[in-house]
Amino acid sequence: MAQHTPDPSHLPDHDSVYDGLLGGDDSQWAFGTDFEDPLAGVDTTVPEGVDRHDLAVYCLMLGDDALVMSHRLSQWCSNAPDLEEDIALANIALDLLGQARLLLARAAAADPSVVPVLPDGSPVPPEDALAYFRNDREFRNVRLVETENGDFAMTMVRLLLFSTWRLALFQRLASSRDHVLSAVAVKGVKEMTYHRDYAGRWFLTLARGTEESRRRLVVGLLATWPLQAELFTPHEAERAVADAGVGMDPSTVSDEVDVLLEQVFSMSGVDRPEASPLAGVRGETGRDGLHTEAFSRLLAEMQVVARAHPMGSW
Amino acid sequence: VIVTTIAPVRTARGIAASVTDPEMPMLTLEDLGVLRDVQTVDERVVVTITPTYSGCPAMATMRDDLVHRLHDAGFADVEVRVSLHPAWSSDWITPRGRQALVDHGLSAPGPAPRHDGPVLLSLTPTRRALSCPRCGSSDVELTSEFGPTACKALYRCVACLEPFEHVKEI
Repeated sequence: MAQHTPDPSHLPDHDSVYDGLLGGDDSQWAFGTDFEDPLAGVDTTVPEGVDRHDLAVYCLMLGDDALVMSHRLSQWCSNAPDLEEDIALANIALDLLGQARLLLARAAAADPSVVPVLPDGSPVPPEDALAYFRNDREFRNVRLVETENGDFAMTMVRLLLFSTWRLALFQRLASSRDHVLSAVAVKGVKEMTYHRDYAGRWFLTLARGTEESRRRLVVGLLATWPLQAELFTPHEAERAVADAGVGMDPSTVSDEVDVLLEQVFSMSGVDRPEASPLAGVRGETGRDGLHTEAFSRLLAEMQVVARAHPMGSW
Repeated sequence: VIVTTIAPVRTARGIAASVTDPEMPMLTLEDLGVLRDVQTVDERVVVTITPTYSGCPAMATMRDDLVHRLHDAGFADVEVRVSLHPAWSSDWITPRGRQALVDHGLSAPGPAPRHDGPVLLSLTPTRRALSCPRCGSSDVELTSEFGPTACKALYRCVACLEPFEHVKEI
């Protein structure tokens, strides 16, 4: 049989020169060609006695943490020390992006008023409107996830602090009265067990590695530590959902996280930092929508294409 | 018109069960354990699937493939639902699916970890008793807990030096 060779005269038969590569069967491609509602077919009824807006704000908090952390990790793509770490960081970013999609979609389903209004007829789904069309003051993520990556050691420190805290939180959220949050949490626990172990092993490896790897690790830890306290400081909205049995007061996981981190520090021979927490502005921090300068630059890059095409279909 | 309701159910289930995973096409959705339910309600076929990982990018393709295959078989009204609970476990991969993985040079997962109480931190590399899917040697080493898709780890056989992928326990 004759080999098919590209022939310009055949081009009008195709929408794209690449169509021929598909061989008429697009099922071989792993990626869907369109965004789908990640909660399609999932029962999103809000449990009785739960304030819809509080639940939505809480889902934005947990969803924004995952989205922004995922974005920072994905900035390592093609920049990691070696191919295995590149793939590992991209995998972790993908897991967190999946969690973010579910949580932002859950926020939109609980209270549609949190979703930015786009021009009539815009095909942008609610999860994308939340990710790409909110301003910095409307993001509820903790500041820990938004600062610059720094070097690989600093990235590992941040991942260890973040995944240790989030894993402890999600283990408790598994018993949330909200079925969506509970399901997201149960799944997230399985995924983040791998993330935490990965970061913990790298922490230990870098601490026991060379003088230079240890120096960088300690510098990263000291720079990141002031952002850690914010993870455990409950916001009014977190207290409200905790009282309603759907969310968690993050201060309740602080002892468990301390014990786990102490385990890593002592095995690594690294002192627990004593740096005081990064102050907010008039008491406001990430959960209130008050962010660092680095976050504005991150958002500008993340949102620029979507914002240029509010009527775009992707 | 006399139509038995049992035959179409079996057919719809059979068709849904034969659709393959877009990233691991040696596995059907049934063998992978993501196909949770197939129901026919009147003329409507409702298929329920569950994602392997939260960020699994193949969900939309699975959904499209199920709809296309069922349409082609004459089921005009097809709905694919996503179920997040219970969360997928690698324990749901069937014995036939495990064999298919090995036949295609992949290593099948061992038993998934059970968590009663807090998840323990593990600072040493995961120890798995695996054998190389190509030469059978048990002298293998982990190169990364993360691989080309969300569900795989990377290994290398020390005996035959070939790299291979291991489907992770989750």
